[in-house]
Amino acid sequence: MMLDPYKIREDFPILKRKVNNHPLIYFDNGATTQKPKQVLEAIKNFYGKYNANVHRAVHTLSQEASELYENAHEKVADFINAGGMEEVIFVRGTTEAINLVAYSWGLHNLGEEDEVIISLMEHHSNIVPWENLSRMNGFRIKYAGVNEDGTLDYESFENLFSSRTRLVCISHVSNVTGVINEMKRIAKIAHDNDALLLVDGAQSVPHMPVDVKALDVDFLAFSGHKLLGPTGIGCLYGKQEILEEMEPFHGGGEMIREVSYNPATGRCSISWNDLPWKFEAGTPNVCGGVGLMEAVKYLEGVGMESVKEHEVRLTEYAMERLRECKKVKVYGPRDVSSKCGIIPFNVDGLSSHDVALFLDSYGIMIRSGFHCAQPLHQRFELKSTARVSFYIYNTREEIDKFIEVLKELERF
Amino acid sequence: MVALEDYVARIEETCGDEKNFIVIFKYDKKGEVIAKILGKAKKEKAISTIIFELTYDNVSFRLYGTGKAIFRGLKNKEELKNFLSKLIM
Repeated sequence: MMLDPYKIREDFPILKRKVNNHPLIYFDNGATTQKPKQVLEAIKNFYGKYNANVHRAVHTLSQEASELYENAHEKVADFINAGGMEEVIFVRGTTEAINLVAYSWGLHNLGEEDEVIISLMEHHSNIVPWENLSRMNGFRIKYAGVNEDGTLDYESFENLFSSRTRLVCISHVSNVTGVINEMKRIAKIAHDNDALLLVDGAQSVPHMPVDVKALDVDFLAFSGHKLLGPTGIGCLYGKQEILEEMEPFHGGGEMIREVSYNPATGRCSISWNDLPWKFEAGTPNVCGGVGLMEAVKYLEGVGMESVKEHEVRLTEYAMERLRECKKVKVYGPRDVSSKCGIIPFNVDGLSSHDVALFLDSYGIMIRSGFHCAQPLHQRFELKSTARVSFYIYNTREEIDKFIEVLKELERF
Repeated sequence: MVALEDYVARIEETCGDEKNFIVIFKYDKKGEVIAKILGKAKKEKAISTIIFELTYDNVSFRLYGTGKAIFRGLKNKEELKNFLSKLIM
């Protein structure tokens, strides 16, 4: 069923505001998304009625807060079709999720003889942790190439595998071009080569149905704030049998079952808590989890197939209308069926920042720069790009206004 | 004594090879700053009062009616601040 963006917009208070005396047009959803009143209300309600530390006390508030926090894990697990909340670790966001895998799995399982495959289209958050760890552990990193249209070069990707390949780290959807990588195909290649697969789902989970079982991924990282939830909360999905074998990421309260001092040795022996708490040291972002649960409920209410369909239609329309702008060059695939609602572009003679500042004058928010994906820009010999990225509350009329302003800028 | 900080809210330095500095002037001072800059710099081209391409002291930059400006070709923040001091003080 097609979603009604006009009805959805009524749930987003921020969309009623004006910026620089123009109605706000928010096209920077790849960076973060706006929050519906249901999420705002859930956050207010949590602090107004349920706030307490979780898993710490026997009092009623703590029990209620713990139940909410656990329900949030269950809701997210259900959303991505994980086996249960044991497989869903709450973290700050995608970056922390990837770092968790790097330091809890990679630090203990990757050595000088091993290889990790990444792609050139990765966000820095899926490059830097591996480059850092490689400097410590000495494993080799191989970068898979990207075709002219921004799609993954599957042939070069497959050729990178060897008997030493232990891990593949790749985006489900590129945050620059919106290209959707064929994750089932990638998972099969990785597993046929006895490698694990970590997927950066920051740009896929908010925009399309993602089923971790159907895709057969070993790890999936994503952020709450990119799917209508609050900042500072995100998720690492991991297959339970892999998570069970992994060392904890951070040490502290909550993640332990027992810390026992032995006078004979003068040391403490420590045993870890059950999943997922083994990976959630310290007081967690309980309210963030509650907000994320509400965001997931909201998206489920809309329907993820409808979300995807809406974005495809908007992208098709925007790509069509961008052809009217003679000084605009669009990057990435022309075939909208192989991408999400992200369009990178440049205007001849202007930097991406100029484009963004000009659009900002009309209340249109877009991203400019590298989008934390410098290697991909190097691949295309681009200094930077402007980027529009759509979500459920965006409309064709907003795209019309965007094109009108771009045409005005072309006169400069 | 008026200082540069009285006019400048934030300076953003873009990453990568293309070093740009984006200067965001304080909201309540933006009208004053824009008037000062337009009074000193040479206007190369403009679209209404939305965007101006300007030159001052051999530095080319773009000024926006929203109170933001983008500077290129300056080596570092110090050089930018010196330039801004000459431009708006």
